Parts: sequence; structure tokens; C-alpha cells
Amino acid sequence: MAKLALRDIRKTYHAEEIIKGVSLDIEDGEFVVFVGPSGCGKSTLLRMIAGLEEISAGDLLIDGARMNDVEPAKRGLAMVFQSYALYPHMNVYQNMEFGLKLAGMPEAERRRKITEVATTLQLDAYLKHKPGQLSGGQRQRVAIGRAIVRNPKVFLFDEPLSNLDAALRGQMRVELATLHRRLGATTIYVTHDQIEAMTMADKIVVLQKGVVEQVGSPLELYHHPRNLFVARFIGSPPMNFLSVRIVGSGPDGLTVETSQGARIDVPVLAESAVAGSDLTLGVRPEHIVIDAQGTVPGTIRLVERLGALTLLHVALEDGSVLIVQTDGDHGGQVDAPVRLTLLSENCHLFDAKGMALTKLMRHRLAG
Amino acid sequence: MTGSKRKFARIAIGTIGWVVALWIFFPILWMVLTGFKSEMDAISTPPHLFFTPTLESYHEVFAQADYWHFTFNTVLMSVFATGGALALAVPAAYAMAFYPTRRTRTTLLWMLSTRMLPPVGVLVPVYLIARSTHLLDTTLGLGIINLLTNLPIIVWMLYTFFKEVPVPILEAGRMDGASRWQEITVVLLPLALPGIASTALLSLILCWNEAFWALNLTSSRAAPLAAFIASFSSPEGLFFGKLSAASTLAVAPILLFGWFSQKQLVRGLTFGAVK
Amino acid sequence: METTLSPPKGKKGRTGAALFLSPAVLILLVWSLIPLALTLWYSFQNYNLVDPTLSGFAGLDNYRYLLTDPDFVWALLNTVLLVLGVLVISVGGGVLLAVLYDQDFLGRGIARILVISPFFVMPTVSALVWKNLMLHPIYGVYSAMMRAVGLTPIDWLQHYPMQTVMMIVAWEWLPFAVLILLTAVQSLDHEQKEAARMDGAGPVARFRYIILPHLSRAITVVIMIETIYLLTIFAEIWVTTSGGPGVASTNLAFLIYARALLQFDVGGASAGGVIAIVIANVIAAFLVRAVARNLEA
Repeated sequence: MAKLALRDIRKTYHAEEIIKGVSLDIEDGEFVVFVGPSGCGKSTLLRMIAGLEEISAGDLLIDGARMNDVEPAKRGLAMVFQSYALYPHMNVYQNMEFGLKLAGMPEAERRRKITEVATTLQLDAYLKHKPGQLSGGQRQRVAIGRAIVRNPKVFLFDEPLSNLDAALRGQMRVELATLHRRLGATTIYVTHDQIEAMTMADKIVVLQKGVVEQVGSPLELYHHPRNLFVARFIGSPPMNFLSVRIVGSGPDGLTVETSQGARIDVPVLAESAVAGSDLTLGVRPEHIVIDAQGTVPGTIRLVERLGALTLLHVALEDGSVLIVQTDGDHGGQVDAPVRLTLLSENCHLFDAKGMALTKLMRHRLAG
Repeated sequence: MTGSKRKFARIAIGTIGWVVALWIFFPILWMVLTGFKSEMDAISTPPHLFFTPTLESYHEVFAQADYWHFTFNTVLMSVFATGGALALAVPAAYAMAFYPTRRTRTTLLWMLSTRMLPPVGVLVPVYLIARSTHLLDTTLGLGIINLLTNLPIIVWMLYTFFKEVPVPILEAGRMDGASRWQEITVVLLPLALPGIASTALLSLILCWNEAFWALNLTSSRAAPLAAFIASFSSPEGLFFGKLSAASTLAVAPILLFGWFSQKQLVRGLTFGAVK
Repeated sequence: METTLSPPKGKKGRTGAALFLSPAVLILLVWSLIPLALTLWYSFQNYNLVDPTLSGFAGLDNYRYLLTDPDFVWALLNTVLLVLGVLVISVGGGVLLAVLYDQDFLGRGIARILVISPFFVMPTVSALVWKNLMLHPIYGVYSAMMRAVGLTPIDWLQHYPMQTVMMIVAWEWLPFAVLILLTAVQSLDHEQKEAARMDGAGPVARFRYIILPHLSRAITVVIMIETIYLLTIFAEIWVTTSGGPGVASTNLAFLIYARALLQFDVGGASAGGVIAIVIANVIAAFLVRAVARNLEA
């Protein structure tokens, strides 16, 4: 069990700074997910914590002790690699045993631990198999098992599910979450898949170009994105954006107008907003309703039927397209005209710098 | 194309393929056959395709030509050169494959360029140095030369094989607490074993067949098979049966090695440029 | 970045890696510099192993004698002829055979192995087998075949020494070209060939526009590597003709050998060695560049 603290961590590679000062606290037993587009530095950050990359500047503290110059194996961590990185010349048992052996654990104890872990991971039947003889899901379990037997203070996962097919990925997600609840160990998990982040994390860290964009619970990020980047990155299908102008402000928020003249009252702090200035309005697909009295007219361009729900791609008169989520039985047809209502209390406003204006009300579950 | 036409094309291609293959292989086949002929059969005109096989020539080779002495020289020299080159190349290739620096590329290409040095260009000084250090006509001297000429190829080959080892596996080893020594011996070497084996094989083949230095730096005492076989070219020693038997013996192990490892040899011989 | 391993913590890690590399580098440095420097030095000296009265600085004399020696011109010409002839045969034949053995037919695996076999035969053995078992004017198989069809057998090595040596060397190196080019042909993406077929390309068009361009790098590599070896062909000549008759089959390598170890003229041989090194380096520069490009990919 361990607490981690990152203090202004930086990584310079070939004179280029790729991690630009990350500070973060990870509580004991927390499941933290680093998420971001490829190249954002999330894997590098994880590898710096693991000790596989040098930390150019800043401090890494585990339970208060500075770990920058400690060998990976001595940091009390275990890592599950994207490619699993199983030793192909060793069988499942030997793969799990290797680290314990190097740590000098007596044979009997090794056997007891490996057997125990293999049982919980349903690997007992495969202990004599080489990794090459196992399926993707089984290899994944061996990699996790190899991490568990070492009884680490912190688990590190580097995109562990990206090599699995969709069905297996869903199943492993549940298994990992269950495992975390049972072991209660601090976990850092890197992924580019925001669904994995949303479903598993206690805390999500959104990274872009080596900078932390936002840290928070899944629903906090979903309902209160700090900026345009986070708003765009979290949620699938993604949030819709419209250019709007401020036409009025008051204690209940701002009144904005779309280019076609539709007016929406958004409950945000007016702060320094000036009438007449341009903003970006963001609204999620499920917060737009098809409504004969709607103020925003448009035409259906594409209908995506997912069964339980239907996504309508609606083109507005100025050419911009909004994705609207409706129920699965919605009868919308391509080329049909529709009118939309944007649920104003769920709308977001972003200033010219892309920063979100503070909402007047916090979401009930966003903490 | 209709089915029968396609079948015909396949038979035609097969026939051409086999005729060409047999034609190219024929000298080797004939050498092996002649080795089992009596000297009389060997020089009969026209040559006999069918004959009573005899081990006469082999007996003679073993009996008089001191064949084992030359085989022993060859094996000793090849194993020494290969072992020595591997001992130098494994750490070098490990360093370059996993800890590349800005100079790694240049170093690799420079090593390759030393292989391009034509042996004949340095024949004179090497001969003179060998003579003054008493390494002339010694297995050690020839072994050192072979080690040096093959070292760049071996480094390159190991480098390409090491490059194929997934780095995360070494990192996993490090997370498991493997020291540098354990990282190499317990994780990397077992993983790269097939590659190392074929590298060693290529080196053995090159040493075994090398003739230039063998002919110029050795005479009877340390001569390897390549030089010993050449002594059959003198007119007074023209016994086809014996010549063929000795040649077959000299060539057989390498031919088998070559067949066995052709895929990997391509990579080694082309410095990884063709896969 | 993904493919490099960061060194273990601290200074020890980095100096460690350098330490691992240095033995090989040092030994190659010595090997590549000292003989080279000595060859260069001797080439400007009067130095004969059996005539101690000859000594001292010779200036460019060794080079002057060599370059004006008709034997040297012959040797140079023979060297070029040998390299070009073998290249044409082995690369041309190699491409055709690579495509042939890429086709599926009964026993293809065995046929392939037979074809590449000559490459593994040591040069002295190939030369002996060809000289005696195949081309001997009386006992050779080829002579017997000529007699069988009513022709008079030819003493190939006597009458066509250079062409015969070239043929023997080509027999050794054609398999090498096949081995490399076949591997390259097989690495061609099947979907690419199928896509070309969907585009209506026949076998000839597929060869010309898909296979040949795909082989271009492998062909470059084959040419460069063969050139390096072919420039210094020695054992085959030593066994078959000893450079003769006269200097008819003497190449640069054999000439240098003859100067140094038969006439004991160290200075002259070294001058020849320097010229050989210069030629090889020009070619090596191209090869190294071809490989370097590959290193980036």
C-alpha cells in the first residue's frame, strides 16, 4: 500500500521537453488512469515512475521517500506491459517465479505464492505452458499474475488491453476492476481509450503534450471539463461545439446567440464576460432533444442506429453538424428536417483561450 | 486460365526448376559419386554413371594424406575464431542494440567498412607481421586473422538479432530485479539463441571455407582443409577418386550447415538489408 | 524512442555500455589501421625480401613501375572482366531463378537447396572439381559429352583461361544471388501481387512493375557484396591456372600475391595493394551508403 507524489516531474529527450512539469498526488489504494492521445507523454510518465526512464527534473516520492535514483526492482512496483513482455523461453510458472527468485525468496514460499495467484487467475492448468501456447487473454493474465506475486505496493499498467479484441477487452476490464477492489493496491493505468478511463478510474489524469490538462473523477471530467481539450477528449460520441456570441448576462448566467439567431441561457459565472464577445458552446449529444418547438432548425444527414440508441447527424443552416443522441426507436430519416432544443443547464461555454466558464451548479455525482 | 492449362504450366515450371537445379548441383553430385569410385572407374572414358561403389579412395585419404591433421587444424581454427569473435561481439552488439548513442550508427558502418578491406591489400604487412611474431603457419595465427575478418559481420548479425528482441521483455527483467549480467545471460541470450546459433554457424562456414589467408599464411603444419585440398591441384597428384573423396569430406559438414541455416545466413550476409 | 533501453541508474550504467563496446572497437581499429599504414609505407620503399641491398625511400617508383607494367594493365583488365562477367551472370540468372523458385512445384524445397549448394563449397574444392572432374580435356564429364555429340573436347583452361575462371566463379556466386533474391521475392506482400492481378497485370507486367522494383534494393546489396569478394578472387585462379598461361588469367589479387610471395618484391606488391584498397573503398562507399539507408528504415 502506498502513496505516490510527483513534484514538477520533467523529461527532456534530445533537448526537447516531452514531460513539462507534472505534479500529482496519488492516494493509497487509488485507481488512477493516465489518458490522452498518442504522444501525449502518458506512457513516458508511467515509465518514469517505473524507473525505466530517467527523470530529468523533479521528484518522485513513494510513501514520502525520493525514488528518482532507485533501481526499478527496488521501488516496490510491478508493471504489466502493453505487449505483456512475457519471457518466451520460460513457462508460465517460471515467468511468475523469475522476480521472486531474483529477490531471493525461498523455493517453498515461491511455490505457495504462485499456486495461490495462479488459482485466482484460473491459470493453474497452464503453469507448464510457454507463453507462445497461450491465447491473448491468458497471456494477459500471466502478465498480471507475474505482477501480483511480487506483492507490489503499486501496480503499473501500460495500455494492457490494447492488444485484445473488443469482446475480451470488455471482459478484462471487469476482471481488472474486480481485482483492484479485492487487492486494494494503488494502481496507475495508462490508456488512450477514454472508455477504459471512465469505467475503471477513481481518478483520471488527462494529458496533452506533456502537460496535465485536468485531474478529477470520471464524472467530474465529463460534466465539468476544465477546457476544450478535455471536453473534446472525454465522451463518445464527442461533445458538439458551436460558435456563439454573448448577448446578455445576469445572475442566472449568460445569454448567448448562435449564428442563426437561436438564443440559449447558460448557467455559468459571468466573470469577465463582455457582451458581444465570441465564445464556444459545447453540448453533449444526449443533451440535445428533437423537439417540434426547438429553436435550432436543421436537416438529418446521417442516421447511425446502435440498437439501444440512435445517433442523428444533423446539419445546421451554417453547415456545421451536430450529433444528437435519441432513443433506439427514433424514426428519423435522412434528409428529413428537424428542430432541436439544447438543454441549456447542460451546456458548456469556453472562452477564446479554450478555458471553460465556471458552471453555477455542480453536477450531483461530480463531487 | 483453365484448370488443365494451369496444371500444364505448373508441370512445365516444375520440370524447368528441376532441370536447372540438377544442372547446377551436378558438379557436387559428380564429386560425391567419384569419391566412391575406384581410381580406374574415376578416369574411365566415357565416365561411368553406374559402377560398383567402393570406399577405396576414402581409405587412402585417411591412410596417407594425414587427413585428420588438416581436419583438426580446420576445426580448431574455426572454433577459436568463432568463439573469440562471439566473445567480443556479444557485448558490443548488446551495447549498440540497447544503448544506442549518437555515434552508434557511425560505429556500425565503420565496422562494416573494415570488412571491405581487400585482404590482398594488406597481404604484405600481415605476412611480414606474422613472420616476425612466429605466427606464420600456426593455427593461432590463421585463427586470429579469421576472427578479425569475421568480427564485423558477426557484430552486425548479432546487432540485427538483438534489435528484434522486444525491449519490454528486458524491461520486465529489470522490473523483476535482474542485474545487468542476469539481463544478458538469463533474459537476452536465451531469447536470441537461435540468432546467435546461426551467427556462429555463418562464422564457422566462412572460416572453414576461407582460402586466401589459408593459402598464403600456412603450409603443411597449420594448413586447414581449404589449403590441403588445393595441394591436389599439382599434376603429379592427379587421382580423381582420392581428390573427390577428400573434397567430399571437406565440403560435407559445411554443406549441411548451409542447408540448415540458409534463412538466417541471408540476413548475416546482407547485414540485415534483406529479410 | 520505444525501442531503446534507458541505461541503469547513475553513471555506472553509461560507462558500462561504452565498456562493452570498446574491446571490439579497439581490436578492429588496430586491425584496420596498422596493416593499412604499413602497406602504404612499404609502397614508398625499396624493399625486397631476398635482396637486402635494395632499400630506402623509393618515392613513387613502385607506383610508376607498376602502372607502366603491361602485366599490371592485364591484371586490371582481367579483374574488371571477372567482376563484370560474374555480376552479369549471377545477378541476371539470380533474378530469373529467384522468380522460378518462388513458383510452387513438386519438390521445390529440395530443388532450392540443390541450387544454393555451390555457395557453401569451399573455393579450392569448386576450382578442383571443375578443373578436373568437369573440364579435364580427357577425363572430364563435359569433354565426354562433347565427344558423345561428335565434337572435339577443348582444353578450356588452356585456351579460354579467363572465361573459364569466370564461369567457375559464377557457379559459386549465382547461388548466393539466388539465395538473397529469393528471400527478397518471398518477402513481397502477397496482397500487392493480388492487387496487380486485379488491375489486370499479366505475369510479364507483374515481373516488370512489381517484382523487379521490389528487388531493387536486394539487387544492389548483391552487386555490392559480390563486387567486394570478386575484386579479390584468388583461390580459384591459384588452383586452376596459377594466373596463366602467361598472365592471361592474372587478376590484381594474384598479381600482388605473385609480386610479394613469388618475387619477394614487397614495395611493388604494396603499391598494388594500395591500388586494390582504393578501388575497394570506392565500391565500399556505395555499399555502406546502401546499408546506411537501410539502417534508418
